Order: sequence, then C-alpha cells, then structure tokens
Amino acid sequence: MIRLLKQREVMLLAIIAIIVALVTTRSAGFGRPGNLTAIFNDTAVLMMLACGQLVVILTRSIDLSLASNLALTGMIAAMVNAAMPGIPVEVLILGCIVVGGLLGMFNGLLVWKLNIPPIVVTLGTLTIYRGTVFLVSGGTWVNAVEMSDRFKSFTRAEFLSLPMLSWIAILVIALFALMMLRTPLGRAFYATGINPTAATYAGIDVGKTKFIAFTLAGMVAGLAGYLWVSRYVIASVDVARGLELQVVAACVIGGVSIAGGIGTVGGAVLGALFLGVINNALPVIGVSPFWQMAISGAAIITAVIFNARGERRGGRIILKTAEAG
Amino acid sequence: MKLIHTLAVTTALAAVFAAAPAYAQTRIALVVKSLGNGFFEAAARGAEEAAGELGDVEIIYTGPTEPTAEAQIEVVNSLIAQQVDAIAISANDPDALVPALQRAMQRGITVISWDSGVAPEGREMHLNPSSNDLIGNTIIKLSADHLPDGGDVAILSATATATNQNIWIAEAEKVLPDYEGINLVATVYGDDQSDKSYREAQGLISSYPGLKAIIAPTTVGIVAAAQAVTDAGKIGEINVTGLALPSEMAAHIKSGASQSFAIWNPIDLGYSATYIAHALATDAATAEPGATISIGRVGEVTIGEDGQAAMAEPFTYDASNIDEFATIF
Repeated sequence: MIRLLKQREVMLLAIIAIIVALVTTRSAGFGRPGNLTAIFNDTAVLMMLACGQLVVILTRSIDLSLASNLALTGMIAAMVNAAMPGIPVEVLILGCIVVGGLLGMFNGLLVWKLNIPPIVVTLGTLTIYRGTVFLVSGGTWVNAVEMSDRFKSFTRAEFLSLPMLSWIAILVIALFALMMLRTPLGRAFYATGINPTAATYAGIDVGKTKFIAFTLAGMVAGLAGYLWVSRYVIASVDVARGLELQVVAACVIGGVSIAGGIGTVGGAVLGALFLGVINNALPVIGVSPFWQMAISGAAIITAVIFNARGERRGGRIILKTAEAG
Repeated sequence: MKLIHTLAVTTALAAVFAAAPAYAQTRIALVVKSLGNGFFEAAARGAEEAAGELGDVEIIYTGPTEPTAEAQIEVVNSLIAQQVDAIAISANDPDALVPALQRAMQRGITVISWDSGVAPEGREMHLNPSSNDLIGNTIIKLSADHLPDGGDVAILSATATATNQNIWIAEAEKVLPDYEGINLVATVYGDDQSDKSYREAQGLISSYPGLKAIIAPTTVGIVAAAQAVTDAGKIGEINVTGLALPSEMAAHIKSGASQSFAIWNPIDLGYSATYIAHALATDAATAEPGATISIGRVGEVTIGEDGQAAMAEPFTYDASNIDEFATIF
C-alpha cells in the first residue's frame, strides 16, 4: 500500500515536471526558477488548506466550509487592522488561528456530539460563515489604503529568496507531515478512517478524533485567512469563493480517498501544486477561459479514475487469497 | 445549497419588507450583480438618496451573493412574488434573465436595466452609466496618455460573458487605430475574483516582457493587476489603468502602480436608476424612443432609438484628486 501511494506521489511529481517542461516550450519564461517559486507562492494557501482537508477526509468526513472560514477570519483580521493599526501582525495571526479554530470546532462539535453527517454540517456552515462576512462587514470592502503597511508587507518579506507566505506554508506542511507520521494522533486519524469500529476497540475516541480534525482544519483556514487578505490586499465578501472545491480536488488528485483512511500529506500537497501549475500555465499559454474550467475538471476526473482503480486492485487481491484459502 | 440560498435571500427580503414604513407607496428593487461589491454599495447609497428626495419610495437593495445569472433569476422571482412596483437590474447575463424579467413585466412590474444591460425584450429601457463608445475610448486613452511612444497593452476583463465588459472592449478595439503605436496584445478574463485576476495579470507580465500597460475595465481586476505589478517589481514599467473606485485604488495611485483611472459616479448611477424607475412605475413618463426623463440633480436623460440612455461622461482620477474622492466612494 505504501509503495502504491509513493508511486502516486512520484507520478504526480513527474506529471507536474512534464507540464512545466511543455509550457516552457511555448513560453520560455515559465520554467525559470523565479517563476516556479512564484507559482509555489501562489499555491501556498491551497497547499495548506489541502493539509487541513486531508486530516478531515482521512476520518471519513469532509469540510466544505474551509473557504468561507478563510473569508470570515480574513475579513475580521482586515477590519481589526483597519480599526487598530497598532496591533502587531503576529498577534493578529494568532488571533486568526484562534478564530478559525473556533469555527472549525463548531463544525466538529456538530459532527461529534449531534452525529450529523459532516457534508450536511459543513454545507450549512459554508453559507453561515459566508453570510457572517456580509454581517460583520456590512457588504463593504476593506481596501489597501485602510490596511497598515506591516499588515501588507509581512507575507511579502523575502528570506532566502522565498516570500514569507511560502515559508509559512512549508512550516505548516512540515508540521502536518510530522503529526501524521510521528504522533499517536496522526495514526488515530488513519485508524478512524480505515475502520472506525476497530479504532473504537483500540481505545480511540472516533468522534473526538473527528472533532480534532475539524479544529485543525479550521485553524489552518484561519491562518490562511490573514495570508490571503494580506497577499491580495483586499478583503471582500467574495474572497476565496469556490476555493472549497479546489481544496477537495487537490486532495483527490493527490490520491486521498474520499472514503477515508487513505492519503498522505505529500499527496495532498502535490495535488494542490498540480492545480496551481495548471492554473498558472493556462493563462500563460493563452487558453480560452471557457476551456480552462473544462481542463481543470478533466484533470480531477482522471485522478479519481486512477484512485478508484488503485483502491479496487487492493480489494481483488484480498478476495483471491480468501478464495485460494 | 440553492434551497438554503433562496431561503436566506427570501428571509432577508421579508425582513426588509416587514420593517418598511407603511406610507411607502412605490417599492423599487435595486438588483445588483452581487452583494458586497463596493461599486454597488455606492449605487445603493445613491438610490437611498433619490428615495429620500422622492419621498414616497422604498428601496429594496438586493442581489445574489455570487455574480451568476442563475442566482439573479432566483432574486427576481422572489421580487415578483413580493409584487414590488419596479425592478432596476444590473444583469449578469443579457439573455438568461429575459424570461424572468418578462414574467415580471406581465405582472405589471416596471423593469429597467442599468450598468450592465438586459436584451431589449427583457426590459423597458436601459440606463448606461455613460455611452459605450465614450467608455471604450476612455480606457484606451488612459493608457495612451502615459505612452507617448506607444507600446504593448493588454486588457484584463471580468467574466468572458459580462455584457458591459464585452461591449466596452469591442468599442476600445474600434478606436485603437486612432492611437498610433498602441498595440493590444491580449484580452484575458479574471472572472472578478481576486486570485484569478491576480494570476491572469501575472500571466500577462511573464508572457509579454514588453508590456507597458494593463487595462482592467473592472474594479476587482484593476486592484488585483495593480497588486500583481507591485509584487513583480514592475512599478514604473507597467501602468495599470481602467475603471475602478477611488477608495479601492488610492494606495495604488500613491505607489505609482497606476497613473490614472476613470469611473462614472456610482452614487449618481443608483440615484438616476431610481429616478427613472420611479417615473416609469408611476406613469409620469413612458419608456419610448425620444422620451426625456428627469433624473433630479444629475439632470435628465433622453431615451434613444435602441431603448437606451446614457447618464454622463466618465471622470478621470489621478494623484492630484485621489485623496479628495477616496473618502467619498
């Protein structure tokens, strides 16, 4: 199984390299290191969210409210900054993580304590959180003039020729990878998804594990809220609309099983990077906007077909052994 | 989600309705492309101002939470159910909304479009913020003013189906021969989303190394493009211009990412649309070619042969006047 997953990551990496190479033949600047780091930076938020979504999906859940959570915490951060420019950005970021975490906890509590299916809960909070952005902002934008300089420059500050935004994404990815591979909690996520009944017998509180997964995803979305607003220097109600589905798509492309229990941080991150490369490549080679959506969609379906085949093969082998025995 | 969405919109509308004072006689619904857009918020302020002057008018400011024709149809249907007196709409699609708006007209509701138009069979008249050829000319002129020796320019639009955007771009292409040396190399679409617009702008910067100007006739696009140019370190090389609100562009004018941009006054636009809707709904005027309708402090408009009227000329903003207007809208 591990070998199979590793193959998926290697395959994705190869596909990404091929796309970059192909696009570079059409537009010479695309493959430049500078442009590649720009694409990485552009995809940073998606990669972080994919990590959050990964732990949720692993526990047989799904969080559709991540983009709305991002928009709400981003708007709150921007409004606080506009009203009180004196508050250091670091404090604001911590505040964003807390607010995002609380929004995630709300999802988690409904799933854990009331046993409502996650897709229903987060479909509800998707609209609730997005609606709350209207309520807190009154429908108005927070513009560049109103934000403090440090609020805007923090994500752009370069260190070793990578912007802070990229470094934060790398840090988040590393923390998630460490958690999945080295902590009991990481194993609990997998156990909950692979076989909840067995996990319960093994002493894992399945409901609580889901709650923690939603909280973690919410914290990431909250952090991403500040990063998004700071990067695009605008906080509006339309922030990150539609991103929730891209995050799920990134996980699926990265080989994460929607049925839970299967998936790696590396896969989710590469899935996000794949979408990022596609998103950045299509404008450069001048593909019509009508085709862009179709191409992204085709990539997702192809990935799902690969996923389904990969998982089915596993099932067959077990049956054959059973028949032979 | 559609259901939740409809419920949310309907509830919000019901709340507005319930809170309305009893003396309001003419209920005018100002339907915008999407809520939470600074431009339309400003238009709504103008509509309220007009309602205050007219006295017996109640404004229902509404629109979908996402800029799609489907979502707007739901909003229109709920307005029909509430039997409003007039609908003034800025449409997300010229044709898709026609059946819903025709149904509204059959029920005796006055329907006009403003800002972004509906096909003639779906409305009584259309109020253009300015004449389309004037806008098309303005956006090219804004870039040409700062390119005495000419150069490559590119257009960053909203969605590929946006009525007004496409008309302005077509008009801009028509006047291109008048501006010697100005070479339009590409038209891309940012879908009025910050991230997509930013990415498209980045694509333009890397695909056309000689690019001198990005023209974005949409407020989300111009802000994203200005930020992309700033982040790419191209301030001074690439001038971002187009149509935007002063408050949104103030920082980019100061940084130099944008030399100048233009816009008509959105407050006046909402104000004028309300005056016209009121005049037509109360039968003080009829929507026929040649008819002249008073629009309060803005003056008056005359409906042309095609059922359209133009409000005023776009106004140019630059470093000299940005501070004054950034606080207004």
